[in-house]
Amino acid sequence: MSYHSFLLEPISCHAWNKDRTQIAMCPNNHEVHIYKKEGSNWNKIHVLKEHNGQVTGIDWAPESNRIVTCGTDRNAYVWTLKGDAWKPTLVILRINRAARCVKWSPKENKFAVGSGSRLISVCYFEQDNDWWVCKHIKKPIRSTILCLDWHPNNVLLAAGSCDFKCRIFSAYIKEVEEKPAPTAWGSKMPFGEVMFESTGTAGWVHGVCFSDSGNRVAWASHDSTVAVAEGGKTAVLTSETLPLLCVTFITENSLVAAGHDCYPVLFVYDSNKAALSFGGKLDVPKQSAQKGMTARERFQNLDKKATTDSKEAVLESLHKNSISQISILNGGKARCAKFCTTGMDGGMAIWDVKTLESAMKDLKIV
Amino acid sequence: MSKNTVSDRFRKVDVDEYDENKFVDEEEGGENQLGPDEAEVDSLIRQGNLMGALQAVLKNPPISTKNQNVKDRAEGLVLKVLSSFKSTDIEKGVQSLDKNGVDLLMKYIYKGFEQPSENSSAVLLQWHEKALSAGGVGCIVRVLTARKTV
Repeated sequence: MSYHSFLLEPISCHAWNKDRTQIAMCPNNHEVHIYKKEGSNWNKIHVLKEHNGQVTGIDWAPESNRIVTCGTDRNAYVWTLKGDAWKPTLVILRINRAARCVKWSPKENKFAVGSGSRLISVCYFEQDNDWWVCKHIKKPIRSTILCLDWHPNNVLLAAGSCDFKCRIFSAYIKEVEEKPAPTAWGSKMPFGEVMFESTGTAGWVHGVCFSDSGNRVAWASHDSTVAVAEGGKTAVLTSETLPLLCVTFITENSLVAAGHDCYPVLFVYDSNKAALSFGGKLDVPKQSAQKGMTARERFQNLDKKATTDSKEAVLESLHKNSISQISILNGGKARCAKFCTTGMDGGMAIWDVKTLESAMKDLKIV
Repeated sequence: MSKNTVSDRFRKVDVDEYDENKFVDEEEGGENQLGPDEAEVDSLIRQGNLMGALQAVLKNPPISTKNQNVKDRAEGLVLKVLSSFKSTDIEKGVQSLDKNGVDLLMKYIYKGFEQPSENSSAVLLQWHEKALSAGGVGCIVRVLTARKTV
């Protein structure tokens, strides 16, 4: 595991380039900073200034090398690298509230933006007008869209919302693609069609993720639950920890999620039983030396904190504040070997799956 | 100028009611939810079967009903059962519940905190401590995020 503290402020969002040598992130302000790994240092090589509000979502398309950003200024920009500088192109989203999340589709010919206007803007490039155009998915969304994830078929889009539901929509744009083949979620996929709507969990849906095959969708809710839906059945796991904010599949059966408890957690999905179970905490706490307490310290503790415990009030996890985003570095969602987490503590941690497996006994990543 | 700032009646207007996009929870027919069976619970308490009384009082929670009386009656009944436990038996009582039971118990505990009476808070705090160690903070988060509660 490696941890790099970039800033003192929270990292609002981040995205990696194709070969994982550069990371674009928003340091909780109106800019996007791109850092490049040179040796063991991270050097800031670009600063993208165009947004007038906090940048809430960044996604870096690996093949076409374009970055899309969206922010609270109700705009999205598509950035292309021209020579040595990133040049922005404004995308009119036609929303009247902040944009919250953005994701390129797998084929990178469209991207979706979730916003506080209770709708999803699906944007594609219109060759004739040389301009990005967007279509809206409105019904039946009743509150802010917090998170998005595309199905591998480039048409279906999973969206988690503040109206307590996770839904799968069709974002089929006939101008840029062929009619999609039937999937596990349905065969008729006109634009805006709801292919799936979640039941069984309450609370805002903070994170959503399709599995590598696209047959399963997982989401994390604010009521401290994680759920996986497949083929009409939903498996919900209530957790004893604080709510999770982000979730991703690392194999077809295993999920890693992280949130307000500041450490990533593994969950395992058993499709035969349609059940989700807790796999283990993925953080190796440092073994702190047990200091003996003097009588004076004990009395002070009792006076100030009403406890005789000698435990320090210090977080033992790698991240010192909530983890807000998790991204796969290599291996894809089928056989993830490394993943990265960023959080409110301004730090970025890279986790190696093999190392974690060997470090924690009983940890089985199926 | 001071004349038109005299009245402050406008401050009492609930502007959310006029919002056409106001979020309204889905209606779920809960009119037939009657809450736990009073007779059954009372007889179990009298027999001294407190574990049974606990299981019985956590049945049929009046979650979806809009009838406030049913909810109050259920809460009163739960409080009666919780108060009749000996302090040392509370932990065993909590262990006998499944995950959903612990979540439901926590909902009743917090509901009880809202209307403190004579000795209720002390009893509820003891139950809260044990329920917390069984359900974790996640259990409390679910009490806070539940749209429909007891």
